[in-house]
Amino acid sequence: MSAFAGFVRKEVYHILRDKQTLWILLLMPLVQVLLFGYAVRTDVRDIRLALVDPAPGVASRALTQRFATSPRFQLIDVYRSPLPLDEAFRSGVVRQAVVLPADLDRALLGHAPVSVQLVSDASDPNTGSIMQAYATSILRRWHDERTGGNPGMRVALATRLRYNPTLESVNVFVPGLIAFVLTIISAMMTAISITREKETGTMEMLLVSPLRPWAIVAGKVAPYVLLGFLNVLLVLAAARLVFQMPLRGSVVLLLAECLLYILTSLALGMVISSRARTQRTAMIAALAGLLMPTLMLSGFIFPIDSMPEPLRLVSNIVPARWFLLIVRGIMVKGAGFAALWGETAVLAGITLLLLAVGARRLSVRLD
Amino acid sequence: MTPIAIEARELTRKFGDFTAVNAISFQVAQGEVFGFLGANGAGKTTAIRMLTGLLQPTAGSATVAGHDVVHEPEQVRRRIGYMSQRFSLYDDLTVRENITFYGGIYGLSTRDIVERMDALLARIGLEHARNELVGRIPLGWKQQLAFSVALLHEPAVLFLDEPTSGVDPITRRRFWEMMYETAAGGTAMLVTTHYLEEAEYCDRLSIMVEGAIAAMGTPSEVRRAFGADTLDDVFLRLTRPGAVA
Repeated sequence: MSAFAGFVRKEVYHILRDKQTLWILLLMPLVQVLLFGYAVRTDVRDIRLALVDPAPGVASRALTQRFATSPRFQLIDVYRSPLPLDEAFRSGVVRQAVVLPADLDRALLGHAPVSVQLVSDASDPNTGSIMQAYATSILRRWHDERTGGNPGMRVALATRLRYNPTLESVNVFVPGLIAFVLTIISAMMTAISITREKETGTMEMLLVSPLRPWAIVAGKVAPYVLLGFLNVLLVLAAARLVFQMPLRGSVVLLLAECLLYILTSLALGMVISSRARTQRTAMIAALAGLLMPTLMLSGFIFPIDSMPEPLRLVSNIVPARWFLLIVRGIMVKGAGFAALWGETAVLAGITLLLLAVGARRLSVRLD
Repeated sequence: MTPIAIEARELTRKFGDFTAVNAISFQVAQGEVFGFLGANGAGKTTAIRMLTGLLQPTAGSATVAGHDVVHEPEQVRRRIGYMSQRFSLYDDLTVRENITFYGGIYGLSTRDIVERMDALLARIGLEHARNELVGRIPLGWKQQLAFSVALLHEPAVLFLDEPTSGVDPITRRRFWEMMYETAAGGTAMLVTTHYLEEAEYCDRLSIMVEGAIAAMGTPSEVRRAFGADTLDDVFLRLTRPGAVA
């Protein structure tokens, strides 16, 4: 038996014997997918809507009908005046309201502009803007139908949301989730497992043995590459089977890019373990130094476009940012390598840099 | 004179301005038990790290098991064993798995490992615990196991870093008997300890103070040189500041 194979086998024993951690590592990705899939939805349903219609007529009844039959909206009430709206919004009974003018029918017949007010509860800004978009599209269709061949109307705007027409959140969070899970498993677990050997004193024994330092590091990370890969497959399978997430691009390319990101995470774990002396330090460093940026600065939770300039610059060095672009490109847009080589090159560059720093630091510390 | 197992020549290590080990020279013969004493921070650990090839000397040289520690660290590592006070065994692996792993990293064949494991377990009376997790066996046995495992690849030189800390006096006594048996087979041993009464068991010993060797010889030679009744007295006189006479 070769020394290296024996080493990997020992690592596998460590992982298999720690049943609690193993279960967490295997179940966590699944639980996350289900949690994100069911709880954290950015597509909005059952918007509680009120209409204010001072003078019901043909046109306003047609609009009421449109809202009442849309699955996105739940028509709460039709008021005669806008007065009850304040209280309805404050108590949360109503989250959106459409206020029609008293002279609606006359206005639609003539050439005077129709003034319709759309009010949305934006206390949650994301939901607010999504609700607004839905209501606007219904209003526009209603307007087009009512005005028919109105000679004043020259341009008919037709909007379409490409790749994610129904704004399904599963498409947004699954790539982020893969990055998150791989950061925990590949980076945090390898950092912890290397520092554990330092803490228990077994590292000294390994270092005075004929094993080369690179063999020690490679032997320690090898099982986590496999575990990380297994988790990628689990997350993808869950996203596909439970949430019907599309995979429009090449599976092989996707898995290859995931493998690259696993390497990135392992390199991050190496850099941490070259510094940390205890498992606790390694864990805190991984949580604060890796998980937070992965969640906050990668575009997973907060869009990079809406960040202030300095943070947007910082996000460039967060590997997850590039990985997210790649995975979204492949899964949602069906992009091929030709479209993604730039992002891949950046990610590969970061990985090589981290591997060099990690290997250098470890060998300095070890030798 | 018997062949030399360890030879340090003016071995020196500096960390910036601080000289951790200052030009120490000593020899350990094959089959000899050499005590390596000194207060914490006197430079013992740094010296051992240089002798085991983990740290480059700033100056001087050393030969261990016939190989130069700077130029042939690979050969040195194959010929030495190491046991620390923390025993360097994996608690979540069984006795058998620990031995197999250790044999594996030293490149022993599966057959050799099995043969030597049987002999080893029979010698320390641990055959029944072959499939026990190491974390579950008593400390005294764990210590003997760690010692035997460090000898599995039949090293020429064994480094023992406070191998007896934390175990009771009877177990400690038995441990020294194991060391003598091993030394009789020709293995040289360099042992650090906090227990000065243990130092009396060494064939020869050295006491390090502030990076340099302040006393060296057989226990009785060292005592006589300082006119002291016990090594304890010698040690106190050497390590108490301003008391070096």
